[in-house]
Amino acid sequence: MHRRQPAGLRWWWVATGVAAVAAASLAGLVMGPASLGVGEVLRELFDGLPLVDVDSGLGVRQKAIIWEIRLPRVVLGLMVGAMLGTAGGAYQGVFRNPLADPYLLGVAAGAGFGATTAIVAGLGDGIGVFDAVPLMAFAGALTAVALTYLVGSAGGRLDPVTSLVLAGVAVASFFTAVQTFVQQRNSETIRQVYFFVLGQLRTAGWNEVLLITPYVVVCLTVILLVRRRMDALGVGDEEAGSLGLDVRRVRLVTVLAASLGTAAVVSVSGLIGFVGIIVPHTIRLLFGSSYRVILPLTVLFGGAFMVAADLVARLALQPAEIPIGVVTAFLGAPFFVLILRSTRGTR
Amino acid sequence: MTAVVCRGLRVSYSGVPVLDGVDLEVPAGGWVTVVGPNGAGKSTLLRAVGGLVSASGKVEVLGESVDSLARRVLARRVALVPQEPVIPSGMLALDYVLLGRTAHLGFFEAEKEADIVFATSALEDLDAGPLAGRVVETLSGGERQRVVVARALAQGSPVLLLDEPTTALDIGHQQEMLDLVDRLRAERGLTVLATMHDLTLAGQYADQLVMLDAGQVVAAGSATEVLTNENVGRFYGAQVRVIDDPSGPIVVPVRRGNLA
Repeated sequence: MHRRQPAGLRWWWVATGVAAVAAASLAGLVMGPASLGVGEVLRELFDGLPLVDVDSGLGVRQKAIIWEIRLPRVVLGLMVGAMLGTAGGAYQGVFRNPLADPYLLGVAAGAGFGATTAIVAGLGDGIGVFDAVPLMAFAGALTAVALTYLVGSAGGRLDPVTSLVLAGVAVASFFTAVQTFVQQRNSETIRQVYFFVLGQLRTAGWNEVLLITPYVVVCLTVILLVRRRMDALGVGDEEAGSLGLDVRRVRLVTVLAASLGTAAVVSVSGLIGFVGIIVPHTIRLLFGSSYRVILPLTVLFGGAFMVAADLVARLALQPAEIPIGVVTAFLGAPFFVLILRSTRGTR
Repeated sequence: MTAVVCRGLRVSYSGVPVLDGVDLEVPAGGWVTVVGPNGAGKSTLLRAVGGLVSASGKVEVLGESVDSLARRVLARRVALVPQEPVIPSGMLALDYVLLGRTAHLGFFEAEKEADIVFATSALEDLDAGPLAGRVVETLSGGERQRVVVARALAQGSPVLLLDEPTTALDIGHQQEMLDLVDRLRAERGLTVLATMHDLTLAGQYADQLVMLDAGQVVAAGSATEVLTNENVGRFYGAQVRVIDDPSGPIVVPVRRGNLA
């Protein structure tokens, strides 16, 4: 007799995700102020592979546009989108709250404060070889999450999840207040701060990518490895405990990985909202509610969505650039409503 | 061999004692059902045996103190069927039953083919094989209960805790469920510790009954010893007639004032 298989990835879902990533990336490389041909770009990419020698017919300047401007930005978009989407999905799983987003525990407010401080202090030129804004944003985000965790785990009578979420709200408010205060006192820098808050995938070569790669790789791996445990958390803390799950440990490991990864990407991308909520929910509606499916697909589709959104941000009002957070919400919200309507009542 | 031992078990919620010195023994392969009025502490007793509430006094499962065992180890000895299980939305029955294998997997480990076989056969043992691909939320009360018991069975634990396993079921499904559990107990040598509201059914299936009231054991023994007019009247505040039957005492409620 044919035995039923448990919820899991179907190969064509993964293939669709990979195709989405490839299509978005190719569009990101081809489109822009300097128009390049698809064939030329593909040949140039092949030429970049080791032991392959193809002549793309592109000039030095065009090659530089691909390798030093567009490709780093595409790769950064893939990483930021994958990380924010997956972190959001992970938070929704461990807190069993569909509205949880990667900024739940104060990451955004902390990063905003850190970045504002760096901008106001005139550290824009960098600390050593590194750009000061991402560094300070990263430090601020980590400080906020650590503070949230300290305050939340000391919460007496409330259940630990509630106290952690409430602590996040308090810490975020505090950091936002301090950030607003600092910003008000230095109103000449308000424009720079404003750009950070709305998010932007700006790159200067590969530095940003290199900066966040270790965090993104480690954090995504950890979250993907515990994804099966998140399904078990769906039955509630007590039942999950009776199944033999160490609920506290699953939650701690997931929250740490999601927060660290979010802090890293936010430091280079600014505060891009929406992706962490909409991408995992869209995948849940289309492919089922198991985290074994949601999280890996979110890595792919989150990345593809971010690159596509960045493309719109770059091109829609050329030569001006729209903040990418505006684009993600502007495109994502109607799309999500469409999915919500079309899947209603099918399960 | 005794599978479950409680000695002087005490549990309080916010300083209010819920279990107040309970002594209880369940022999290996036996079936003990805890009865008692609402709020007597029946569910708390099961949760204490499952290591889910902090308790003082002694609670041992298969010869080892519940406190001393790690979550995973304990879950491989004791499986709980909760009174009101939380059903994750959109989850298929097979995936739900597979959650029972959690205690057999490492922290980062995924289930293997053997676990899927185990879960599938747990469903089949409860005559629920065809439900594997159904969404648990959409099942009827009887089907859902069988899937929840299948999850507990998939844990592969020798001790089964059933908290009001028949509450949501009609009389036919109640009997069917209890017959299934009894058959599995006989086949696999499982030990069953249950709580039940239906006193007649409780007496018919358990080897021993324990009656709790206000966190204390007020009667224990065979069904005929525990299910007396006096006990049910005194501790439940109910007016009943207990009829002797070859299958065990039958407890029938009688409208007040009509007791001949």
